[in-house]
Amino acid sequence: MEKNFLATIGRVFLSFMAAVGRIAIFTAHSLRHCIVPPYYLRLLGKQMMDIGYYSLPVVGMTALFTGMVLALQIYVGSSRFNAESAVATIVVIGLTRELAPVLSGLMIAGRVGAAIAAEIGTMRVTEQIDALVTLSTNPFKYLVAPRLIAGLVTLPFLVLIGDIIGVSGGFLVATEKLGFNASNYLNNTFEFLEIRDVVSGLIKASVFGFIVTLMGCYHGFNSTGGAQGVGKATTNAVVSSFVLILISDYFLTVLLID
Amino acid sequence: MAETPKIELRNVCKAFGKKVILDNLNLSIAEGESLVVIGGSGTGKSVMLKCILGLLKPESGEILIDGEDITNASSHKREQILLKTGMLFQYAALFDSLTVWENVAFGLIQAHGMKRKEAKDIAIKKLALVGLGPDLADKTPAELSVGMQKRVGLARAIAAEPEIIFFDEPTTGLDPIMGDVIDNLIRDCTQDLGATTLTISHDMESAQKIADRIALLYKGNVVWAGPAADIDTCGDPYVEQFVHGDVDGPIKLDILKP
Repeated sequence: MEKNFLATIGRVFLSFMAAVGRIAIFTAHSLRHCIVPPYYLRLLGKQMMDIGYYSLPVVGMTALFTGMVLALQIYVGSSRFNAESAVATIVVIGLTRELAPVLSGLMIAGRVGAAIAAEIGTMRVTEQIDALVTLSTNPFKYLVAPRLIAGLVTLPFLVLIGDIIGVSGGFLVATEKLGFNASNYLNNTFEFLEIRDVVSGLIKASVFGFIVTLMGCYHGFNSTGGAQGVGKATTNAVVSSFVLILISDYFLTVLLID
Repeated sequence: MAETPKIELRNVCKAFGKKVILDNLNLSIAEGESLVVIGGSGTGKSVMLKCILGLLKPESGEILIDGEDITNASSHKREQILLKTGMLFQYAALFDSLTVWENVAFGLIQAHGMKRKEAKDIAIKKLALVGLGPDLADKTPAELSVGMQKRVGLARAIAAEPEIIFFDEPTTGLDPIMGDVIDNLIRDCTQDLGATTLTISHDMESAQKIADRIALLYKGNVVWAGPAADIDTCGDPYVEQFVHGDVDGPIKLDILKP
């Protein structure tokens, strides 16, 4: 009984390490093909539109309501010890350093990561990836590289826009609902905000963009079987993106704190 | 000294885990020859084709195309060798994100670096060769019937005028008339190009129509090979059983008797 239990732990650990190894090799392979020509600029443009531009409504909506609820909640808390003036500062720092990048990353994982896994997974099971190879086109260059670069580059822009929308949402609630003076609130917003607050959030966003597109590509690429396999790849892509975003967020925060 | 075969397989072995698929397979195809490999499902036909295309790596043995070893070639070298080939997939494997003409012109644009305008003209000419009008060029593959998709796949395979063309079950899933249309197109297109072709099939009628030579694969090995005209008269027990579709004979299927 105990032996069986230990064997199970061992098996799970081994398969976990094998998966880590496979992902590491896939990542190394993908990065190499991001750098080595030929480049598919047309596809890169298309992916930037798909991942960046078309995600604007989702990210904007998320940021707006996060900023609004943040202002409200912090007001409730800070008014208990007469620190209402901190609301603006906490909203802007909370959004730029943490909430805008993480929540945008999670939304993108749901919107983009799932779509990538489903599309590439379907291409795998219908032999379209094999067809690419027979047409002397490297699937890493054609499918993976444009998505990875697009994720890496567009997420910071999305999050920057999210920062602005989120702070505006907080401003709206503070001035219209909580009775703050508009110019005081704006002053408080920018007085203690530092460039590195924003930059650290943008760096996080870039990493999250990479994680989401990488997981989408990896799970899609390795999907097997038919419709069920593609479904599983999609689920795995979203779940692993979520987990990796949350874990890497902590370590990035530690790294970027000073 | 004999001429170098266009494609040569020497002692190729491939296994998945304990299951041996190709067992010391030897096969050679002369320049300009049309070889059809027949055999039941699960005899290793598809695996053989995937090994030749470099999509699977055999455990041992080598595969030579024009005397160049493709099994141990770098991915760049393999892309160079594959420039000489075209492939028609069983389910056409058209890229569903691209239009019909972009599918046909894919190899020309991506691998041969042709201008899109020029490639489109060629694509429309190739579509005409397989009996599809220019009005279909801007449709997506999903809008076409299976027979049409297969013809687009054929147009894509011959678009870059390859020296070698592979056909994976060209008539499977088609009605007898469309199957005959495809057989005729394969015959005509490959003769015009003077291409060497390797077809895998289990359709005897189709095989006799397009083959110069036929090889019968059983349990990962060639059990009979000879001119297509001899297949009815060769007297080989394996061939007799396969051609007539008998249950009894030297070919044993892994079916559990009830």
